[in-house]
Amino acid sequence: MSQQRNDDLSTQWSARVRARAVQALPPDKLLPDRQPAYVASWIYLFGALTMTALMVVIATGAVLSIFGPTWWHTSSVGHFVNSLHLWSVELFFAFMVVHLWGKFFMAAWRGNRQLTWITGVVSFVASILAAFTGYVSQTNFDSQWIATQAKDGINSTGGGALFNVLNFGQMLMWHIMLLPLAVTAIVILHVLLVRHKGVVPPFEDTTEPLATSAIGSEA
Amino acid sequence: MTRRAPGLHPDIEVSPWRGAMRPYDLVKEVTICFVVVVALTVGLAVVFSSPDERAITMAQWSNAQPVDFAQTAISELDGTSTSANYGPPYNHGPNSQQLFGVSPERLIGVHLPLNTAQDFVLGPLSTQRDLPGLAAALEAFAAASPAERASWEQNYEGAITASAAGFTAGHLVVARGDYGPVGTMIDALTTMARSGALDTSMLTEEGFYSTNFTKPLLLLADSPSYLSSIAQAQHLAGGQWGMMNETGKYPGQAWLWLYTLWYQVPPMKTSSNADLEVWAIMMLLTAGLLLVPYIPGLRSIPRWSRIYRLIWRQHYRSMAVAQPKVNE
Repeated sequence: MSQQRNDDLSTQWSARVRARAVQALPPDKLLPDRQPAYVASWIYLFGALTMTALMVVIATGAVLSIFGPTWWHTSSVGHFVNSLHLWSVELFFAFMVVHLWGKFFMAAWRGNRQLTWITGVVSFVASILAAFTGYVSQTNFDSQWIATQAKDGINSTGGGALFNVLNFGQMLMWHIMLLPLAVTAIVILHVLLVRHKGVVPPFEDTTEPLATSAIGSEA
Repeated sequence: MTRRAPGLHPDIEVSPWRGAMRPYDLVKEVTICFVVVVALTVGLAVVFSSPDERAITMAQWSNAQPVDFAQTAISELDGTSTSANYGPPYNHGPNSQQLFGVSPERLIGVHLPLNTAQDFVLGPLSTQRDLPGLAAALEAFAAASPAERASWEQNYEGAITASAAGFTAGHLVVARGDYGPVGTMIDALTTMARSGALDTSMLTEEGFYSTNFTKPLLLLADSPSYLSSIAQAQHLAGGQWGMMNETGKYPGQAWLWLYTLWYQVPPMKTSSNADLEVWAIMMLLTAGLLLVPYIPGLRSIPRWSRIYRLIWRQHYRSMAVAQPKVNE
């Protein structure tokens, strides 16, 4: 009877998904309390700084969303929230660029970490698009000028027919719905991949001492 | 500690770490980062605030520079404006861009149809028939042959772009000539714009509720000097690397530096296909960045640069200290 029950569970979709998830990301990998000794540089902070800046970007953007796209022109509180949104975006990009170059010079794709690198680059590109749609959704002179200039680039690719930067309503929806969802989803995947694969080890320089332990390619 | 396995590709593969581990509190690190980011954001917002230059309107433009507005209006009517000749996605104008003989926008076609004469001049004027002489002028224009219209438009365009053209007592002033009803029509459109009625007319073209500013923005962008002179003063023009600037003394989209760089260098600087060329370059570079792990040579740059020695300096220092012991 008990054997029968176990057999049933092993074929259950939920049980299979849980087993795969726990196998890929056991709790000590998902939320580690130890790291290799080489993880000892300020450059490692920029991943967390980028992620937390994204949280502030989303939180301040959510407050702006509550009151609508023109609230910040007529309210001093709204203007301050807009300032918070702007500066958190500037910090987000500053941290992300340092993080990206840091990972490049670590060749952080080594050891089957290519997808981690690719999701990082995709999140960078998606963030640029998210910021751009924010700039053209400001409902001020800046958005008028940026939209009228940017249309030529996008139109030249043929993309203007689908992605009309002069259509405020369309740009606002991309800015507050589609792109935040996309960026958040990619960043979550990126972070899970980092936790799954671990932090890439240093290059093995010829000056490094030889060791006697087994050698192999990291999974 | 490990050594490189025979045949191990240094830019692709790694040996598993079997060295020392150290305590690491991820939750604490993220929490501290969050507090630091919030503090920095609030500090920057309090000290620097954020820019907000009001959007310009047709009324502002036509009151500030009525002749500039009228020059734009006649170019929309006679089909010589930038928008009238733009090509897809707006119309079948001749100015679509191409690369290696291929024009992506022509392949995609017209999806946001625009008739500048109808959308920017005749349509709005048809809502203002109470203006003196306008109803008769519109009827005369509609009844005229294409050749007559073209002649009137060409004559008026010459007159309104001449240095003698001006604006006095609420009306455009141009040298005498054979303009048919066109002079009355452009003067009426200028009056309409100055009152704010053109803003309303263009924004309600799609109905009471509208969030699509495509047509008003295209009309504003066709101005020979008004919009661009304001942008120039705000250091937003293309030659000023304006794409990455912001109004006032604020940082803008600095991350677009590479994109705007290509517009500053030949041949894109003077090319009529510059937008498509720059987009092609940026797409290639983005694909390159995305696929760095798979591109021989490019993926070796980190190893060749040896900047990693700086990042992992503590690790290599500890290796150097440990080495004599290993050699013993």
